[in-house]
Amino acid sequence: MATAKFKIWRGDASGGEFKEYETELTEGMVVLDAVHQVQAEQAHDLAVRWNCKAGKCGSCSAEVNGQPKLLCMTRLGDLNTDEPITIEPIKAFPLMKDLVTDVSWNYEVKKRIRPFKPRAPDFEDGSWKMHQSDVDRVQEFRKCIECFLCQDVCHVLREHHMHDDFIGPRYLVYNAALEMHPLDTEDRREDLRKSQGIGLCNITKCCTKVCPESITITDNAIIPLKERVVDQAYDPLRKLVQLVTGRGK
Amino acid sequence: MDYSRHEHDVLVIGSGGAGLRAAIEASAAGASVGLVCKSLLGKAHTVMAEGGMAAALANVDERDKWETHFADTMRGGQYLNNWRMAEIHAKESPDRVHELEEWGAVFDRTKEGKILQRNFGGHAHPRLAHVGDRTGLEMIRTLQDHGVHRGFDDYQECTITRLLKDGDRVVGAFGYDRENGQLRVFHAGAVILATGGLGRAFKVTSNSWECTGDGHSLGYRAGAELIDMEFIQFHPTGMVWPPSVRGILVTEGVRGEGGALKNSEGRRFMFDDIPPLYTNQTADTPEEGWRYVIGDRDARRPAELLTRDHVARCIVREVKEGRGSPHGGVFLDIAWIKDKVPNGAEHIKRKLPAMYHQFKTLAGIDITEEPMEVGPTTHYAMGGLRVDADSQMTAVPGLFAAGECAAGLHGANRLGGNSLSDLVVFGKRAGEYAAAYVNENGRGTVSEAQIEDAHREAMAPLEREDQSGGAGPYAVQFELQDMMQEKVGIVREEKTLAEAVEDIAALARTAEGIGVMGDRNFNPGWHTALDLRHLLSNSEACARAALARKESRGAHSRIDFPEKDKEWGGFTVVLQQDSEGNMEVRRDPLPPVRGDLQKIIEEQG
Ligand SMILES: Cc1cc2nc3c(=O)[nH]c(=O)nc-3n(C[C@H](O)[C@H](O)[C@H](O)COP(=O)(O)OP(=O)(O)OC[C@H]3O[C@@H](n4cnc5c(N)ncnc54)[C@H](O)[C@@H]3O)c2cc1C
Ligand code: SF4
Ligand code: SF4
Ligand code: FES
Repeated sequence: MATAKFKIWRGDASGGEFKEYETELTEGMVVLDAVHQVQAEQAHDLAVRWNCKAGKCGSCSAEVNGQPKLLCMTRLGDLNTDEPITIEPIKAFPLMKDLVTDVSWNYEVKKRIRPFKPRAPDFEDGSWKMHQSDVDRVQEFRKCIECFLCQDVCHVLREHHMHDDFIGPRYLVYNAALEMHPLDTEDRREDLRKSQGIGLCNITKCCTKVCPESITITDNAIIPLKERVVDQAYDPLRKLVQLVTGRGK
Repeated sequence: MDYSRHEHDVLVIGSGGAGLRAAIEASAAGASVGLVCKSLLGKAHTVMAEGGMAAALANVDERDKWETHFADTMRGGQYLNNWRMAEIHAKESPDRVHELEEWGAVFDRTKEGKILQRNFGGHAHPRLAHVGDRTGLEMIRTLQDHGVHRGFDDYQECTITRLLKDGDRVVGAFGYDRENGQLRVFHAGAVILATGGLGRAFKVTSNSWECTGDGHSLGYRAGAELIDMEFIQFHPTGMVWPPSVRGILVTEGVRGEGGALKNSEGRRFMFDDIPPLYTNQTADTPEEGWRYVIGDRDARRPAELLTRDHVARCIVREVKEGRGSPHGGVFLDIAWIKDKVPNGAEHIKRKLPAMYHQFKTLAGIDITEEPMEVGPTTHYAMGGLRVDADSQMTAVPGLFAAGECAAGLHGANRLGGNSLSDLVVFGKRAGEYAAAYVNENGRGTVSEAQIEDAHREAMAPLEREDQSGGAGPYAVQFELQDMMQEKVGIVREEKTLAEAVEDIAALARTAEGIGVMGDRNFNPGWHTALDLRHLLSNSEACARAALARKESRGAHSRIDFPEKDKEWGGFTVVLQQDSEGNMEVRRDPLPPVRGDLQKIIEEQG
């Protein structure tokens, strides 16, 4: 039976190291299978998050050979198994243990974003009229599985640690889903500009490249949001109209 | 003892669709609510649901109405269902769908701009509101995003190991944080179990690690009754190849969109075996079936959309009789519809994006070109805690259950799409009635002795010397899963079921002696050892109930009793812990269906 070697990060906030494990390969195996095999056979206490094993829950994010990936959707057949494969936790958030990081910051950020506020229903049964073409874009954003891989690669968080000033690509996508929702009446543009740091994104597109749901984060979400924010901030006439009519958008 | 203490009116255990909806409702009623879950918020099993959520909105076929949904649910459940739950469910699910839209969900639309509905097995009309094939994600995210602004406290990655009682009533729970092993005592006037299913008891499963049926066994140990435990739904279409993805679900939506099941001879074998209950509603030919799929109202459903229990058994038969696919399944072909619709490949990708992606990435197969290989996978537990239909309270005062861990709605077989609607219909009710219960009865008190006991139990695997001969928790779990798959799987018989009961007892003894390596910090070995108790107790319940029911009905099929038995059609199998801690099995007669509902069943026949 063919085997492969894995260098898996073991340790916690106080320190750690890569440990090497060797395990058997079977056809079609994904990296998460290898981690589970090591866990069951050699390291019962190896910490890893997972749920669906089908790319649907966004739990198993980690870095495989330095690339941000979902462990459950990365096939060993697509990697070079002649060399040891390194598996380490994502970098933008504090380490808890082994492959598990503390992503609670993301949940806090989401709470700060103004919730959905729909207009009054169109029909008596409490429902609305929306056409498929009106919701295609929003549905793209709502595919997000909150894996936080985009947060992991964004240099504003990963290298500059500006977690207090910048909400990261995931929450720009979230804002976009709300702002472009055909029923929504809330206005989030000032928050985006002032407290959520949309200006800090310099459109490197690293986030878009890693998104396992293929959401066009930069082009479809961030750039249109930036345009809206700029319109609001620098268009004095519109501001005046808003003041007079009390209408957000 | 080192534990922290938390006070709430209502404690909700589980943050899938049912738990989130319950927490939202209880908070709305003014209760202080705590929400505990084993994973991060938004990752519960509900996130994986694909095909849709059943509700008689009548957006696609205006003939649909709650009565038809009710009758379909009862027929699908082979009339073992709790008829009052089936009635409430059919009546209230449209409102729950609209409510999700009000909270931001974005369902696929009809040409008229309404919520689109798709075909699913056993539903007379297109009934499933959906978002492509990621409906569960839409539901959980909507509830999560709405919920975080409702003021309840969440305790993520915290596992409950024991319910705490004050006399007869439940007044809280004990648990630990997965992150660092910190222990927690929750004191609450009412507890809602919303812990989902128990599919991890089997080897081939679509369920995640979380699905060890904790709520089933926590409730059982606190004195509640389990019913319908013999009915495990084996979904007919899971992936079979490559081995590492075996069991991962292929949504019924594929068949709803026209997917054909074929054997190695290329025959659509489902058309060869149509059960009498469904002959009136099923197409005679594949051609008629296709007309149904594209909305011809005079056509009847293709045979692929018969109920799951039946389709799963037909697949097993084809494989057994040598007409299977190379890796022990059958073929599911959606590519054939390319000749029938314009832009066929694009159409398939738009309707089934997750399936396209899943097969492309995990199996290297392009489903717009090639057929998939599929076979049955453990999917859903019809069985669970017996609850009062209106309030969702179990026989134990203060203990409520909703979602997959509660039982009654689905009877002997659940219809696809009826779970997501179940979660929000009964999640809401559980939240409402639990809050009202606390208002009336206060919070009760938690005794120190119970906390000490729960503490000892939780720490035991870390503290004791290993007596399992080094087997470790994973090895025992794998052995249990292999055994259950073989002896309590899709086809069952007396002898092997009886063996299963013995095997489970032996494995339980081994499990009691497992000592685990490592410490309290995020230690999956320890977690697995604790979850094992639940898996074992649920496996026992399942095997004993299957042994008791001497007939074949719905998802339960016995080769030694291959037919439906009229008398058994009037009974529910109930499991309850006796005073010595043993599992008592009894059968309770089903209450007669209310007259007006019986009439609906007959009219819709
Ligand atoms: C792949 C797949 C596709 C499906 N598709 C559909 C579909 O299209 N339509 C449909 O109607 N149904 C579908 N189902 C079924 C449906 O998804 C589930 O039945 C449903 O989501 C269960 O929801 P729940 O709220 O009861 O529990 P879950 O969503 O399973 O959540 C359980 C919660 O309980 C928590 N928990 C469990 N034990 C403990 C403990 N000891 N302590 C603390 N917390 C605990 C978990 O962490 C989790 O938060 C599908 C199922 C699968 C597997
Ligand atoms: S495009 Fe913006 S959000 Fe995305 S990675 Fe670059 S800087 Fe970060
Ligand atoms: S936007 Fe994409 S990469 Fe970012 S969290 Fe969502 S799914 Fe993950
Ligand atoms: S386990 Fe769910 S995305 Fe990998």
